[in-house]
Amino acid sequence: MQAWSSLPLLILLLVCALGAVMVRDLIGAVFILGSYSFFLALAWAWLGSPDVAFTEAVVGAGMSTVLFLFALFQTVPKEDPLAHRDTPWLAVMGLGVLGLLLLYGATDLPRFGDVEAPANMYLSPTYIQQSLAQMNTPNLVTAVLMDYRSLDTLIETAVVFTAGVACALLLRRYNR
Amino acid sequence: MIAAHDSLIVHTVSRVLLPVIQLYGIYVLFFGQYGPGGGFVGGVIFGSSLILTLLVFGARSKENYLAKRALHADGLGLILYVGIGGLCMIFAGQFLNYSAIPLPGFDLSATRSIGIVGTMTGVAVDIAVTSISIVDSLSLADEEGHLV
Repeated sequence: MQAWSSLPLLILLLVCALGAVMVRDLIGAVFILGSYSFFLALAWAWLGSPDVAFTEAVVGAGMSTVLFLFALFQTVPKEDPLAHRDTPWLAVMGLGVLGLLLLYGATDLPRFGDVEAPANMYLSPTYIQQSLAQMNTPNLVTAVLMDYRSLDTLIETAVVFTAGVACALLLRRYNR
Repeated sequence: MIAAHDSLIVHTVSRVLLPVIQLYGIYVLFFGQYGPGGGFVGGVIFGSSLILTLLVFGARSKENYLAKRALHADGLGLILYVGIGGLCMIFAGQFLNYSAIPLPGFDLSATRSIGIVGTMTGVAVDIAVTSISIVDSLSLADEEGHLV
């Protein structure tokens, strides 16, 4: 599994991200964003994390596309006169410099899958060795999410609940 | 409110697909301990099947009683999750330490496994209800009942 073999996938990701920004038709942009999420799910699966890939495919390519379409049908399509002004070259150059700085910082990151990396030395071996014996759960991700780090998942569930309540309070109208 | 779709093909295909989608969502939820999946993904898949009933059969039909009833269950999943955590505290354990719950016939690891199933179900209920609630919030109707 060489590094260059994921290059077509990364090029597709970049093309989809650029297309979602540059296309003028909003519904087309929503579908390109959905295909971006699908290619991102393929990238996660290629990196060996099927749980994240599954969530990305279901939430990014499925649910968020549907919600974007619902939001589009509720809003009025309007031409923005600000979209036609000149390219802000200062911001473009600033973003380029920022990207170069991030790439320079990424050279100090540990190699992918490195057992000597700090993230893989502290708690991960304990989880990997003991989760099956402690809770009969072969899927390590579920064991960490639902038992070892269950309080975090509880707060995440509360965040989703809050988002639903906020949407209902702000948007729900019944005209009978 | 959403008007019913008027195509017979869409109705027939949805009637075949809906039980499969719902069964797959439940399978993903309970298979999350053995493979990829879990409460979040299972809840999203089940919630999207409820959204499909709303889109195809319309908001006023009898076929989507589950989607309409689901709006009353807002917060039920969170109560289930916190309730399991509180049950652990009642049996003198830490909050969300499932092994504190005494289940006769189950050893310590099996009790924790059942606690994981219970909390995953809570997450799935919460996600499904929230998704159907957001879709219901985003859908308005004109006088004829069409989605505007």
